[in-house]
Amino acid sequence: MIRKAVRVVDQRTGTAPFLRKALRYVFPDHWSFLLGEVALYSFIVLVATGIYLTFFFDPSTERVVYHGPYEPLQGVEMSRAYQSVVQLSLQVKAGLLIRQMHHWAANVFVVAIVLHLLRIFFTGAFRKPRELTYYIGLTMLALSLLEGYLGYSLADDLLSGMGLAIGYAVALSIPFVGGNLALLIWDGEFPGSQDFWPRMYATHVLFLPVAIGVLIGLHLFLVASRHHTQFQGPRKTQRKVIGTPTVPGQAPRSLGLMAGVASLLFLLGGLVQINPVWLWGPYETGLSTNGAQPDWYLGWLIGGLRLMPPWEPHAWGYTFVPNPFWGGVTFPLVVFGTLFAWPTIERRLTGDRGFHNILDRPRDAPHRTAFGLAFVSWVVLVFFFGSADRVTVFFGLSYVNQLYAYWVVVWVLPVLVYAVTLRVCRGVQRKELVDAEQERAEAEARAATAPEI
Amino acid sequence: MSRLRDWLVSAAVLLAGRGRAHRRREPERIVAPTEPRPRSELAVVFLLLLSAAFAAGVPIIYALDPPRFTQVLGASLGLSLAFLSAALIVAGSRLIPDEQLEEDYPEESSREQAAVAEIVEESSSGFTRKKLLGSVAALTGGALGVAFLTPAVSLGPVFNTRQLYDTPWRRGRRLVDENGKPIAAGDVETKGFYTAYPEGADREELGSPLVVVRLDPRELALPAGREDWAPEGILAFSKICTHAGCAISLYRVPTFEPVQPEPALVCPCHYSTFDPATGGSVLFGPAGRPLPQLPLLVDESGDLRAAGNFDQPIGPSWWGVRLREPT
Repeated sequence: MIRKAVRVVDQRTGTAPFLRKALRYVFPDHWSFLLGEVALYSFIVLVATGIYLTFFFDPSTERVVYHGPYEPLQGVEMSRAYQSVVQLSLQVKAGLLIRQMHHWAANVFVVAIVLHLLRIFFTGAFRKPRELTYYIGLTMLALSLLEGYLGYSLADDLLSGMGLAIGYAVALSIPFVGGNLALLIWDGEFPGSQDFWPRMYATHVLFLPVAIGVLIGLHLFLVASRHHTQFQGPRKTQRKVIGTPTVPGQAPRSLGLMAGVASLLFLLGGLVQINPVWLWGPYETGLSTNGAQPDWYLGWLIGGLRLMPPWEPHAWGYTFVPNPFWGGVTFPLVVFGTLFAWPTIERRLTGDRGFHNILDRPRDAPHRTAFGLAFVSWVVLVFFFGSADRVTVFFGLSYVNQLYAYWVVVWVLPVLVYAVTLRVCRGVQRKELVDAEQERAEAEARAATAPEI
Repeated sequence: MSRLRDWLVSAAVLLAGRGRAHRRREPERIVAPTEPRPRSELAVVFLLLLSAAFAAGVPIIYALDPPRFTQVLGASLGLSLAFLSAALIVAGSRLIPDEQLEEDYPEESSREQAAVAEIVEESSSGFTRKKLLGSVAALTGGALGVAFLTPAVSLGPVFNTRQLYDTPWRRGRRLVDENGKPIAAGDVETKGFYTAYPEGADREELGSPLVVVRLDPRELALPAGREDWAPEGILAFSKICTHAGCAISLYRVPTFEPVQPEPALVCPCHYSTFDPATGGSVLFGPAGRPLPQLPLLVDESGDLRAAGNFDQPIGPSWWGVRLREPT
């Protein structure tokens, strides 16, 4: 039966040699290698749930009056887009489950990508010959952030409108072209023309997902073509990769992980409420709410915008660089720029141009680990500052004092993190050397005393 | 006796030989053999059945429409997949051979690299002015790039940054509330916070929404030239924050005593804080310029009207925005 099926396929496609290789492709065993797979499976869930949502969502700015089962919005004027989201949440059976799953999957997707990136960074997996895979991964991260932002902007509830207003201000703030660019994107002054919503929708459901999908394909192709890296271990060398083959070892694990990710997302989507848009109400330019927080993966940007001192250079009656440019454009450019430049920087600093199939443990490259942790602590501090208003509400700490404290801490703590990490890495390295020495000495001693017994 | 021995020997040889021949005939395996584990197999069957049961529950739940439908439906699907995941993991760790394979990392082929380079080089050996051709090709590429991007200009009024300055406010335009009712000066109370819109204009336009507050006229310290902008101490400002375009929706008395003893207008997005008493100047936060103030007047029937346009452009700044646009 199996033989016949394989014969039928191979005679018509000639894929048997490729399949044979693919089935015995070797996966080195380490749990952290599964983080990228979690992202992949979240993406599949995102596409599947997203397709379902397109059948109910209407990206229209047409003004309508709500007459649905949700009492508090009765008779409220709103956009057709927002009305359709409320409808698909409250009137379409299973609509809310799928919408909440979609939102949760977006959050899990970005978490998995970021953890995967940290694993890649701290083990030096981005080194030659895998720089391209790394750059593609970073590009996908950037596109995913934009994709997520567009996704929750489309709902046209109060929070999404506030997010778009900030996006508009950030676009305006770009030197030289800001004003023109914002007018181009929004088709006029914010909140934009009726064409803006369909354009945003097409970008969210077509252009960006296709781009991310193509990049996933390239990413996986490059991973397979250069093979996985592996941690140090007995028999593991730069020339040979050791691990479990796709079939029979890896496939059930990976499929089990896929079912696990889908299970988690169904449970979250069903049991844990996320973004109840009917509570927020529709957006109008003159409305906003206190305590608004974006999805977690944009928290670092709101932190950057809030943390910035009021620098807005102007002269001769003209403004030059509007303030949102620092936190909304410069900050993410510095973060992504550093990540993109890191393989080159490290190559320059170490002079190491060799192939690396064996991974470093974080202690093996103390400067990289120290820099990486300092950099992460910098971004995480800015991220935390994004929720300083919540800290004020919950713990009564003055927002103003927090701001002044963060102005110092964001620069001091990363330096401390750098110094401490460097010491710890070197300490662990030294201890390892001492342990190895001791073991060797003990073995020698045993060998020397053995004949006596 | 010797005959019996011969028989035994030949029988043993035959048996052994047959055994060896039999083993030789068995095809060589690709995948390492594994011990059967009937109990683990049963566990997988059991887990799959559980998964199937929860999956079968989904159409039933859908049809019955129980209370907490979303939760029940999500839990049923989630548990079905959780058991499927467990079945796959048990199968993967107990029923499948635990093999470790070795494979060579791919090596680069300098021969192929050289061949590719050679093909490209030899194909272009007929060109004598390579530098010139290269520059012209780059020029053509750039020109085509610009040509392809040109239609994108139609996406929006790219060059019309003039419209960013426009607001619907004119001298004499009446202020109305959310329901379109005129706002009487007498109804504006101190410590109250009001949102106002221009009568008969688009509320959604960025220049439309206003915040209106009343201060004790003795507390006012407006910039020179704005002495008559706040009749009876009533002040109007653009509601759109000059930092990032969110609506100012907080009015705090006081926000934080040591720094801001006075009432202040606060944007909830990034906590830019403006001082109404001094004409919207920035007290705290990332905003780089004051909140635009709208001059007010009280008409003969006691309603609030605009006495002109704002003192400066409304909304978030852009590169080259003029700070004081003549009204």
